[in-house]
Amino acid sequence: MKTTTVLLCGVGGQGTISAADILARAIMGAGMQVKISEIHGMSQRGGAVTTVVRFGDDVKSMVSDLGCADVVVSFEVTEAMRCVSHLAQEGSMIVNVEHIKPLPVLAGKARMPFKGEDYLKDLGALLVPAHDIAVSAGNPKTMNVVLIGALSKRLDIPVEVWEEAIAGRVPPKTVEANLAAFHAGRAYIDTL
Amino acid sequence: MILLSGNEAIAQGAWEAGATIGVAYPGTPSTETMEQFAKKEGVYAEWCTNEKVAVEVGLGASAAGARVLSTMKHVGVNVAADPLFTAAYTGVNGGYVILAADDPGMHSSQNEQDSHYYAAAAHIPMLDPADSAEALIFTKAAFELSERFDVPFMIRSTVRLSHTKAPVECGERLAYTLKPYEKDAAKWVMMPAFAKPRRKVQLKRIESLEAWVEECNYNRVIEGAGKIGVVCAGACYQHVAEALPEASILKLGVSWPLPKKKIVDFAQSVDELYVIEEGSEYLTNAVKACGVTVCAPANALPADGEVSPRIIREAFGFKLPAFEPVRTDVPARPPALCPGCPHRIVFKELSRLRAIVTGDIGCYTLGALAPLSAMDTCVDMGASVSMAHGMELALAGVDHKPVVAVIGDSTFGHSGLSSLVSTVYNQGTGTVCILDNRTTAMTGHQGNPFNGVTLQNRLSRELDLEAVVRALGVADVRVIDPNDLDAVRSNLKDATTNDELSVLIFRSPCILLEKVHAEPFRVDASCTGCGVCVSIGCPAISRDEDTGIAGIDPIMCVGCGQCSQYCRFDAIVCG
Repeated sequence: MKTTTVLLCGVGGQGTISAADILARAIMGAGMQVKISEIHGMSQRGGAVTTVVRFGDDVKSMVSDLGCADVVVSFEVTEAMRCVSHLAQEGSMIVNVEHIKPLPVLAGKARMPFKGEDYLKDLGALLVPAHDIAVSAGNPKTMNVVLIGALSKRLDIPVEVWEEAIAGRVPPKTVEANLAAFHAGRAYIDTL
Repeated sequence: MILLSGNEAIAQGAWEAGATIGVAYPGTPSTETMEQFAKKEGVYAEWCTNEKVAVEVGLGASAAGARVLSTMKHVGVNVAADPLFTAAYTGVNGGYVILAADDPGMHSSQNEQDSHYYAAAAHIPMLDPADSAEALIFTKAAFELSERFDVPFMIRSTVRLSHTKAPVECGERLAYTLKPYEKDAAKWVMMPAFAKPRRKVQLKRIESLEAWVEECNYNRVIEGAGKIGVVCAGACYQHVAEALPEASILKLGVSWPLPKKKIVDFAQSVDELYVIEEGSEYLTNAVKACGVTVCAPANALPADGEVSPRIIREAFGFKLPAFEPVRTDVPARPPALCPGCPHRIVFKELSRLRAIVTGDIGCYTLGALAPLSAMDTCVDMGASVSMAHGMELALAGVDHKPVVAVIGDSTFGHSGLSSLVSTVYNQGTGTVCILDNRTTAMTGHQGNPFNGVTLQNRLSRELDLEAVVRALGVADVRVIDPNDLDAVRSNLKDATTNDELSVLIFRSPCILLEKVHAEPFRVDASCTGCGVCVSIGCPAISRDEDTGIAGIDPIMCVGCGQCSQYCRFDAIVCG
């Protein structure tokens, strides 16, 4: 079995790590081996963050190389543009439609990329308004689980395994809201 | 099976081996190891003021008969090198294991070093786990090996081992009882008369280690179908195995001393032998020293940074998957001081003063980045204070901008104290700013002597920073609220123009420690778009690209009010 690579990227504090945790639980629930690699440290302070999840029956390297990620899930548009180089030729890209200006832009030293969403769409990215979907599903804090729902449509893991992974990871009081967000994310991909 | 990071697995391995004492100073990528160990049943763990102290506390506990774990990042090993080299003479009583966590690629460090060189230079055996499962097994075994060979053992990690979660099988904790302590001056008092015979003991020990390492199954050959062979160690093995599935691999689990015979036999079993390592020549040179020929790949491997499967395949001339290049108009996203960070105004004012700022290691190193750009140097823990003194010495006879050292509270406790004593002793006259945010923020809010918080929340006493600095002989010591612009500005001006050594303690807790935030500020219609508020580098403030009018993100703003103090038009208002 070929090792599958999922790259989750975003801005520090957006919830990429808990999303990676849910993904890893689902992978283990499906009986596969998994490695999760994250970079800590200075990236916590509002910098770009990436978490790599690799799975299969015998996972070796824990990093994502250029042109190797089967799925890139980006929590932010600019970060998706920064990570396009990791996407494999046949890979899928799921991008949360959110724009967070980095400090050089805030300080007027740089500009946000020109027509970023159109560019990503041309590359075949699935643009997901995860915040709005989470709000409609009942809880804006479940934005990252909406993206997990979208991701689940691109990976061969049974729905009930995903549901169990989510229920096991999120606070007990929020299980229902998170499952609603998960299914809303899945349903959105079906509409595209 | 559970998923553990390499760091968590090392902590688990130490606990399973019966270690009862853990001593460390935090540093990425090692920090979580001691944090996890501290949470386990039946252990005592503490943050020490620095890595040298940690290794000395550890060696003392080992001498008294306990099994001990010490953890540190690679540059921490530099600080600990003094006791480390002589610990290889004294040896141990209870097993003593030291983690050196390297950071090739410098994800969160000021340099990249290969700790293998320390093992070889100090004659301290080193184990190189390649994943979390091995991290647990090797660490657990290292305690018994340390006792068997009467020497501390080092575990080498890299960021890709420390921060990768992978499946691990946990076991039971061994019942370990404190070994009896007996006075033995010839073993523990390293004065020349005793050190000379211990040096002989050390050399004799290398012989027995070299015999053991040939038999040790931590060094193993994974046979491939192809004709090439690769020698590698640690997490680097994972990249090699993925990149070169046809190759035979001699995977070294013990990286010092090396199994010379095994390496020669392996070299003879393959047509071409390669060595793959990260940002170092340690292994390549050590393998060559075994008398075998090491081939160079078609394209050279990079001399710095990490390797990856793609980088290895590129070196061996394989076809690489195509990729979409990143557009050149994607703006960088550097880390930044948080909204409400109490360091911000100090850096903005140092920038306004055009001071020469010698910086130090911590969150506040981010003050070096635009738009604050208020740091001239950053080298190692404590260097701010000593480098400022050096600058003052060199510039003494010439007209120069004020020299200001900037150091955090935890870093001051780590190495700044001895630097400041030296400046006082030699009649230095500069300005030292201690940014006391009540915690060790960069590594995740650990305790330190100046906030009185300890690793296992045991009773402690908070050192009085002001009193300590006064006791060191500094007469001009001031405690200032760094969120008060006027106070920061006037005190900096005064301190940098007077003729004596001044220590300014800027005290305000890290904003991430505050659970409840004040009302966010907003920009009203009187904004002229002058841009001063944006120049303080707060991630919550932006400017309209066309009009230059400022805006504040109400979700990110924590209501600190720093920006409003800079607005000459009173356009930044609360609520």
